[in-house]
Amino acid sequence: MSSTPAQNEAKAFRIIGIVPRFFRSIGAYGVRWVDNFGAATIFFLMSLAKIFQRHQLANIFQQIYFIGARTMGIIVLVAAFTGMVMGLQLHYTLSKFGSEAALGSAIGLSLVRELGPVLTAIMITARAGSAMTAEIGIQRITEQIDALYTMQIDPLAYIVSPRVAAALLSFPLLTALFDVVGIAGGYLSGVMLTGADAGAYYERLYDSVAWIDVLGGFIKAFVFSAIVVTDCCFHGFYTHLQPEGHGARGVSLATTRAVVQSCVLILVADYLMTSFLL
Amino acid sequence: MAQPLIEVKNLTKTFDGHPVLDGVDFTLHEGEVLSIIGKSGVGKSVLLKHVIGLLTPDEGRVLFRGRPIDGLTARQKKAYLGKISYMFQNNALFNSLTVQENVAMPLRYNPSVEREHIPDRVMDHLDQMELRDAARKYPAELSGGMQKRVALARALVTQPDIVLFDEPTTGQDPIRKNAILSMIAAHQQKSHFSAILISHDLPDVFFISNTVLALYEGRVIFDGSPEEFDQFDHPFRSEFVQSLELLQQELNGLYSRRQFKIRYQTDLFHNPQNVAYTVAVFMLEDRQRMTEALGHPATQELIAAMGTFINKHFSDVGGFSTRYSAAAFVTVLPFAEMDEARRLIEAFVDDLTTSGVARLARVRPADGTCAAPVEIAISAGLAQGKAQIALGEVIASARENQATIARFNVACREKKE
Repeated sequence: MSSTPAQNEAKAFRIIGIVPRFFRSIGAYGVRWVDNFGAATIFFLMSLAKIFQRHQLANIFQQIYFIGARTMGIIVLVAAFTGMVMGLQLHYTLSKFGSEAALGSAIGLSLVRELGPVLTAIMITARAGSAMTAEIGIQRITEQIDALYTMQIDPLAYIVSPRVAAALLSFPLLTALFDVVGIAGGYLSGVMLTGADAGAYYERLYDSVAWIDVLGGFIKAFVFSAIVVTDCCFHGFYTHLQPEGHGARGVSLATTRAVVQSCVLILVADYLMTSFLL
Repeated sequence: MAQPLIEVKNLTKTFDGHPVLDGVDFTLHEGEVLSIIGKSGVGKSVLLKHVIGLLTPDEGRVLFRGRPIDGLTARQKKAYLGKISYMFQNNALFNSLTVQENVAMPLRYNPSVEREHIPDRVMDHLDQMELRDAARKYPAELSGGMQKRVALARALVTQPDIVLFDEPTTGQDPIRKNAILSMIAAHQQKSHFSAILISHDLPDVFFISNTVLALYEGRVIFDGSPEEFDQFDHPFRSEFVQSLELLQQELNGLYSRRQFKIRYQTDLFHNPQNVAYTVAVFMLEDRQRMTEALGHPATQELIAAMGTFINKHFSDVGGFSTRYSAAAFVTVLPFAEMDEARRLIEAFVDDLTTSGVARLARVRPADGTCAAPVEIAISAGLAQGKAQIALGEVIASARENQATIARFNVACREKKE
């Protein structure tokens, strides 16, 4: 059955209508993103300011234990294997050009400037960040955050500020641990297993890795800590406001979103900072 | 008239275009207990959250001593929140903290409370809620009833002027429900706080309320005393009330007060033959001392057992009974003159002393220990009623004739300090 001109016209309008709808949804997404970015920045700054209130020390130590101390194991494991893989790969690559002696420099600079802060931040996001979002999200849906308000306890100061303080302290320290263990892992596979010269490894490492590189790595770790803790706490704290799901499903969506968004933001921020620090 | 403590005026709230509250008005006066009743989803909790400022209304206002709470300065808001406490429907306990830490929470962050006094205050409240043994446990290790009591202790530990209870008895068995309501009543009598209480537990909640507010589809359809609620009429009354009030009381299987009154009205009050009837009032004497010695749950168990015993005994001879107040029961003996009623009461006393007392004396606290030796005394009073005489008048006469009819001891070991 053939369509009437009116039906054809309506169909054409429907097809053409897709274009403005597409741009409208991109615009709406952009506006929401900017809106959330602004809200998250204020959220971070307010939490930062409330670190220095009364009764915070015990909570901060508790969070340092959770975010910092309890993540050490996984950091050591990931750092050791990252260093060992780099030792093998770089030894293989450099030996093609007869530059095995540069193994120490290559591993040291890659870890200290780049991989150390990035992988540490991603591992903390996976272990502690997801737990932060889920825990705060559950506190929100079970009205514990409302209960704090009714008891005149500032929820931001009680829940978020200790985590912000702990993250700002733990990220650089865990990054340092990652660097040290990674370099040792590189030594293990590059020198002890594949036969590169041990003296050259340390000599070149010592010569090429400058304090400015270490400082750059710490600056990155510091920025990543702010990104991860803000993103994870923000998503947990406002679990109830997300439109897609409420209750347990809302918490699971918030946790997934926080982890994915944190990882993406770590890589984006890493690129931006590298381009400035180089 | 004194200025209301809290006044809600024309409060309207809509969620996603769906109206939840539609022009709600009510007032709470100093020292008053106001119960909000209504089916699930009519906006009772939403209303309570507006009172404490967790939600802001689309229209209307909440006034505290005549001042709108949305217009309070930060200092005034702090002072307002300092006077008020909230018991959440799902308790909102902090899972990572012990019971003791949960209850101490509102005190720890209050600069006006001296830190060295906190442990004593917390343990006092845990004692009152019979939770001392659970002090070091985490909420997840407790039963639902114990969690409710922890939430209750946390709401009361700050000695607030106003307490908002959001379904404090939900999910509890009848004994526990009445025990929690009894704890609330005991605290209210001691510290004279004002309270707003959301509950589905009709008529038990009426024993501790001064005012009842009924919500239906987001609107107030009744605002008055519990006694007035018994006469309350509404186009949706049957749907509304029957869903809330069972025909028989859960605690003891007696008629609900409403059903009791309906039977009284049909059988006796409007009886054209003007037949005589007798009203008997039974009371557990000195309930406060009993509660202090036995604890709230065991006292409620005793009240329930007594109600069941009265009901069973008198329904066999054509009587019908209801729980009249927290520890009093009323039985109507239709067509019985005073002489016959006295004989029936004597038979009841015989039955009580031969089998009833043994049953009642078995009630004891869960741990088998009492704070003090407990002697239970039951009193009874009789009065003659006639058609066209209000039941309340007959009950009042019966109460004037109260005399002790039985005494017995609850066998429990004395608590060692």
